Amino acid sequence: MSIEIKDLSYVYSPGTPYACTALDKVSLTVDEGDFVGIIGKTGSGKSTFIQHLNALIRLQSGSLKVFGIDLSAKKPDLKKLRGTVGMVMQYPEYQLFDETVEKDVSYGPKNLGLSEEEIKGRVREAIGLVGLDYDEVKDRSPFELSGGQKRRVAIAGVIAMKPRVLVLDEPTAGLDPRGKREILSLVHKLKETSSPTVLIISHDMDAVAEHCNKVALFSKGKIASVGSPREIFYDDALLNETEMDRPAVVRIVKEMEQRGVILPERPVTRAEFVAAVKRWRDA
Amino acid sequence: MPIRFDNVTYAYPAEESDLVAVREVSLTIEDGSFVCICGENGSGKSTLAKLMNGLLQPTVGVVTVDGKTTATEEEKELFAIRQKVGMVFQNPDNQMVASIIEDEIAFGPENLGVPREEIGERITYALEAVGMSEHRKHTPYKLSGGQKQRIAIAAVLAMRPEVLVLDESTAMLDPRGRAEVLKVAEDLHRQGITVVLITHFMEEAARADRVVVMKDGRVVMDGAPEEIFRDREAIAKYDLELPVADALAASLVEAGLPLEDKIYGESALAEAICRSK
Repeated sequence: MSIEIKDLSYVYSPGTPYACTALDKVSLTVDEGDFVGIIGKTGSGKSTFIQHLNALIRLQSGSLKVFGIDLSAKKPDLKKLRGTVGMVMQYPEYQLFDETVEKDVSYGPKNLGLSEEEIKGRVREAIGLVGLDYDEVKDRSPFELSGGQKRRVAIAGVIAMKPRVLVLDEPTAGLDPRGKREILSLVHKLKETSSPTVLIISHDMDAVAEHCNKVALFSKGKIASVGSPREIFYDDALLNETEMDRPAVVRIVKEMEQRGVILPERPVTRAEFVAAVKRWRDA
Repeated sequence: MPIRFDNVTYAYPAEESDLVAVREVSLTIEDGSFVCICGENGSGKSTLAKLMNGLLQPTVGVVTVDGKTTATEEEKELFAIRQKVGMVFQNPDNQMVASIIEDEIAFGPENLGVPREEIGERITYALEAVGMSEHRKHTPYKLSGGQKQRIAIAAVLAMRPEVLVLDESTAMLDPRGRAEVLKVAEDLHRQGITVVLITHFMEEAARADRVVVMKDGRVVMDGAPEEIFRDREAIAKYDLELPVADALAASLVEAGLPLEDKIYGESALAEAICRSK
């Protein structure tokens, strides 16, 4: 098990009239190789939760262990933690700051205290991984790139740290359909090559159903349920109570059920749906 | 009061960039229509929207609203155009100016010199239209994204516009927020307001009565959603995407299901599959 979170609670502005409980005894275990979808309405605690994973928010109560780094320890090794957990925030392109793409992407690895040579190699590799041409973009200002390119530069800055865990907060928000496809396939590539464990916050239930093996549904600062996409997206009571939408595939399956047709094995991905329809017709 | 584009080209000023964002576009937005504008990032959609009420003025060609050109130096005329064609943008947080919702809504009409009593009526109407009446005396800051966008729409409605332009106004919202804003847009359309919706979400485009597709600043497709989504080659070429139900229908046809070559919604697809056995 790579990440273990137990009874994590967090209150914003504690002890003031504005105190607001964002997380209330949240527990979750993530295994190496998991692709976890973190879903829930706006304000349900998702972003507060993931910001704990690399100590952007410090632990108030509960325990959190990431690959053996214990964040409830007195002085956790934050440098090691931030090299382990790569965090891609919402609209990461707004965080680009340096004069050139190369300098911007180098910022993280530099802070890890690596050698010049190692940094250069990693930056070149990271820029290539996100699908940009290193020689073409390295000396350009990140601000003159297109929106989709900027986002990829920002992601390159994170993967140049070679994190074992990649955490992404709505990485496809605001992108056009092609941009979305490119980012999701990039995440898959990274998962296969360098960062085997991925946590992703998403409002796109179709994408979560298609890509994740585990789903954590947040509601009002708690995890209402953790399970496979099949378990979560076919739990009507849970979805109604937490006001969550279903993926399109599940909506269509439900409509078929209302017409008396029950597909075998309750599909959640598109491929599963097509296969299930075929099996049902052949039966 | 149609909006007409007559051979319009727009190039951003050279000191900002040398980008030609809109190229030789001729287009009419008819009264009472619900038009969706799609196309990849950088295709010119937002520039096209900003040309509709004179926020930008064409480099070449003419845009007219109600027969009057947007390229006018007369402030009065420009105000009249902006009153008729209201815009809501992507980020709700960048659009709020007041700390109480009714003041936010009053801001536009006050600037128009609308008498006090009438402003009150307009606020009542606008908040009712977006389903936010009970928030009249509250602050906008604590609202959800979808609610904030509804307030932004109400602020436009208080100007009594004839056209509502939503420039990716649902892009930053969660699915509930998107559904709320879309429902408001559809309600307003039913009440006779012309709606122009710029979006990347094909499910939203499928609900419009006309879809305009842009690529590299040009209008490359223009038609009913069924026509647009039927053209699979064009969908790929212009980096659009089929709504999930239609992508599934295409895969099922490939897998040998006897489905018709048409665009299904989710319910129609479910029904067609059930009948196929």
